Amino acid sequence: MVSIFATCLVDTFFPEIGMGMVRILDHLGVMHNFPEAQTCCGQPAFNAGYPAEAGMVGRAFGRAFAESEQIVTPSASCAAYARHHLHDSRVMEISEFIVDVLGVRDLGVRSKAARAVVHNGCHGMRLLGLGPQAVTLLENVAGLELLDFERPEECCGFGGMFSVKMADISAAMMDSKLDCMIASGADFGLTGDPGCLMHLNGGLSRRGSPFRIRHYAEFLGGLI
Amino acid sequence: MTPHTKDFIPAAQVALADPALRKAVLAGTMRPYTLARQLLDETTDKEALRSQSRAARIRALRNLPTLLEQLEENMTRNGGKVLWASDAAEANRLILDLCRRKNVRLVAKSKSMVTEEIGLNHALEDDGIEVVETDLGEYIIQIAGETPSHIIAPVIHRSKESIGSLLTEKLGMPATDDPSEMMRFVRGVLREKFLRADMGLSGCNFAVAETGGICIITNEGNGRMVTTLPRIHVAVMGLERIVATWFELATLVQILPRAATGQRLTTYINLIHGPRRAGDTDGPEELYLVIVDNGRSRILASDYAEALLCIRCGACLNACPVYRRTGGHAYGWVYPGPIGAVIDPLLLGLAEAPDLPHASSLCGACKDACPVRIDLPEMLVKLRGEPALRKKAGFWAHVAMQGWEVTMLLPPLYRMATRFSHWFLRAWTNDEGWIRDSWGPWAAWTKSRDLPAPAPILFRDLYKKNWKS
Repeated sequence: MVSIFATCLVDTFFPEIGMGMVRILDHLGVMHNFPEAQTCCGQPAFNAGYPAEAGMVGRAFGRAFAESEQIVTPSASCAAYARHHLHDSRVMEISEFIVDVLGVRDLGVRSKAARAVVHNGCHGMRLLGLGPQAVTLLENVAGLELLDFERPEECCGFGGMFSVKMADISAAMMDSKLDCMIASGADFGLTGDPGCLMHLNGGLSRRGSPFRIRHYAEFLGGLI
Repeated sequence: MTPHTKDFIPAAQVALADPALRKAVLAGTMRPYTLARQLLDETTDKEALRSQSRAARIRALRNLPTLLEQLEENMTRNGGKVLWASDAAEANRLILDLCRRKNVRLVAKSKSMVTEEIGLNHALEDDGIEVVETDLGEYIIQIAGETPSHIIAPVIHRSKESIGSLLTEKLGMPATDDPSEMMRFVRGVLREKFLRADMGLSGCNFAVAETGGICIITNEGNGRMVTTLPRIHVAVMGLERIVATWFELATLVQILPRAATGQRLTTYINLIHGPRRAGDTDGPEELYLVIVDNGRSRILASDYAEALLCIRCGACLNACPVYRRTGGHAYGWVYPGPIGAVIDPLLLGLAEAPDLPHASSLCGACKDACPVRIDLPEMLVKLRGEPALRKKAGFWAHVAMQGWEVTMLLPPLYRMATRFSHWFLRAWTNDEGWIRDSWGPWAAWTKSRDLPAPAPILFRDLYKKNWKS
């Protein structure tokens, strides 16, 4: 039995990402539950310089999941915060859980012919070594081709409160990232971070571009 | 150098609106960043080299008072003199007094960030002394009347074409955009200065306590000219720029050029142990080492001591997506980029640089690039939480944070607030669920991005409906 940590962004803005993740868990025969006392892990406050407030919310996170043995989340950044700052080793990012814990490398799904680029969120990549797991799952999707793009390891500029405190710099970083992703010739982008996704799709919507970033849990779940 | 660190946000906007600067800085940071990664990867054990380098720096900081005394003793034995300065004003006064006593009219200077920090050029020039920068990049900065925008590559913000036209305009160089032509021309101009200079001023990458010497790591021959031709050589170092042993110096000399410029070694590694000795064919008659505190011992005693492990390689600047977009001038002082965002507020006072700790998305690229693994993101977050900066954020930021906390602690309130926001924002939400205009704290977001509206139904409600847990 795993407990789902939806994260505040997925719960309130992007429920389809959570639904995709649940579809994958069902497909793999993993029992799951959703502890209703959960909200947020506290990361936004911690990064903004409010450690006491973040600590209160972090402790509430611990209480909400007190009964859980394993926690799975569709946000690499939240998983990194929970593991590194809340010292909660139960929390796994979804691609990490599938590949490293379950040992599943191929979901056996096919997509209509498409080319995509993968954006790894910074915290998952640098604090948890995430990236290869999602790429493994995506490479094994029949019909999907993954492309390279310029400066893949550079931050997209979201950064929580950074995106509003330093809005112009954040937007300049976003534009660089979007330009590189689109220039690759891909049909769409994939990521495991709802924060990056909100920021980048917000920028694409503003540009009037048809290009979109999709969460790979939502993408993979939709192929099942 | 007068700090303008309070103006980071408007200064960054100016930089962001300058396509030539953006192009030059991105190219100028990506080149050494890519090379540094390759050159660190080719070592037999990159992580072991980083660990040894970090350990050498930690030992230096832990034994700092003892090592500094040992340095003074050994350097004095070698025939040099050590001068101590507790702050910028004292350092400038000591060097100015020396210039007056020794009748120095012309000072030839090689690259040194600490002399930028203390504003030495101005202090000397105000007394009628001519100061000439002889590092090519620093010389260009000097004739342009600018300040360095990168701690290793001071003219990173300029294209070679703009440097060519500057040299033509100011010095009458025949027009060219070939950097080696420019170098040849400047070399001719500077050769005469080296020969006439009364004093050579240099920085110091590392002082070695055990041997009483200093090490200058550089790619330009000017470092050797400045430290050997004039009759007096003055080296200026920050208090923490020391290593205990010759062996540890060897470790750091392996990692610094790789991290800084992606070179196995720089063209020159100058090791200086005292002035000219009897029988020497060259070298200065006198050698002075000025050791500057200027706030460093205060940092050493604080929670931010780790920042003093820095070896000034600039790798964090090259890795930083913020620096790559704004360049160094926006930061408003001598140390830009992630390391500047940490040490500028610490050296100048938090109130002088309240926005710099926020000039990071906390992506962690700086920590990854740092050869001594300084945890810059952690220190940035800690600085953001300092009472002085929290207060600067204002009353409403505080209220918003308390409101957020209460909402996150009460799931039913959190659910209601989401449902209410979705309903309330309907009028502003387009068919695809985006909000184009907003107000208050969200206006900064919608200036350049659309904002998603909260979903009509929360994930928790969907889950409950479809999968009863």
